[in-house]
Amino acid sequence: MGALGRWLRSFGAFWWDFIVGDDWRVAVGVVAALAGTAGLAAARVPAWWFLPVTVLVLLGVSLRRAIRDAGT
Amino acid sequence: MRDVLLVLAVFLACAVEAVEALTIVLAIGVSRGWRSAVQGVTAGLLALAVIVAALGPALSFVPLGALRLVVGGLLLIFGLGWLRKAILRASGFKALHDEDAIYARELAAARTAGRARRAAVGDWYAFTLSFKGVLLEGLEVVFIVVTFGANQGSIPLAVLGAGIAVVVVTVAGIAVRGPLARVPENTLKFAVGVLLTSFGTFWGAEGAGAHWPGADAALLGVIAVIALTALLFVALLRRAHGRRIQESQSATEPMEVV
Repeated sequence: MGALGRWLRSFGAFWWDFIVGDDWRVAVGVVAALAGTAGLAAARVPAWWFLPVTVLVLLGVSLRRAIRDAGT
Repeated sequence: MRDVLLVLAVFLACAVEAVEALTIVLAIGVSRGWRSAVQGVTAGLLALAVIVAALGPALSFVPLGALRLVVGGLLLIFGLGWLRKAILRASGFKALHDEDAIYARELAAARTAGRARRAAVGDWYAFTLSFKGVLLEGLEVVFIVVTFGANQGSIPLAVLGAGIAVVVVTVAGIAVRGPLARVPENTLKFAVGVLLTSFGTFWGAEGAGAHWPGADAALLGVIAVIALTALLFVALLRRAHGRRIQESQSATEPMEVV
C-alpha cells in the first residue's frame, strides 16, 4: 500500500471513529429508526413517538453489550 | 427557548473539550516554554474557525427538511456515543477521565522529547502537540456548532456559546495554573450527551416527516424523558457493577477450612 493509500485509510478510520464511535450497531439502528419514522409519517400514522422509543432501546442494548464485553 | 438550549449545549460541550485541550497545552507550555505552545494554539483555533466559516454557509443552502434529517441522524449517533460513555463512567464500568494523570503523562513525555526548529516555530514538538490538541478536541465542538447553528439558523449564536466556554476555561486555567481536575467532566459529558441525543431525536423525527405534539415545547419533554431514562440506566448499571465486584471478591477469598 502506497503513502496515499495509508493516508486515506487513516483519514477514513479517523472519521469513522469520530462519528460512529465504539458501537457501529447504534449508527445502523439510528438510520433504521429514521427510515421507520419516515415510513410511518408517509402512511399518515402518528410517527413522533417512534424515534425516541427506538433511541432509548438502542441505548439500552448498546449498554448491555458494553457491560457484557467488560465482563469477558 | 430553543436558542437558550442551543447556547447551553454548545457551551457545555465546548467547556469539556476546552478543559481537555487546556491540560495538553499546559503540560507543553510548562515543560517546554510558552512561545511555540501559544503558536500551536493560535494555529489550531484558526483552523477550526476556517472549518466553521466554510461549512456553516455551505449548510445553509441545504433544504431544512433534508438538513434536519441528516443532522438529526448525525447528532443522534454522536450524542448516543457521548451518553453511552458517560453512563458507563458514572456506573463504574469505564474509568473516569483523570486530568491530573493525563497532565503528568503529557508532562513526562514533553520533558524527554527532542527540540527542533522549523521556519518561525522555535520548538516544533511543542507547536504540533498544542496544535493537534486544540484541533482534535475542537473538531467535536465545530461539529456541534455547525449542526446546531445550521438547524437553528443561527451559527453566530452557537459560536458565541463556544467562545464563552473557551474564555471561561482559559481564565480558570490561568487562575488555577494547573489542569482543571475539579471540573465535573463526566457530569458535563452526561448533560451534553442528553442534549445532543434530545436535539437529534427532535430534529431527526421532524426531518423524517413526523409532527411533534405541542410543536417546539415537545423538545423539553424529549429532554426530560431521555435524561430520566439515562439516570435510570446509571442506577441499574451501578447496582450491576457492585454485584460484579462482590462476586469477584468472594471468588478470590480463601475458602474456610472446617
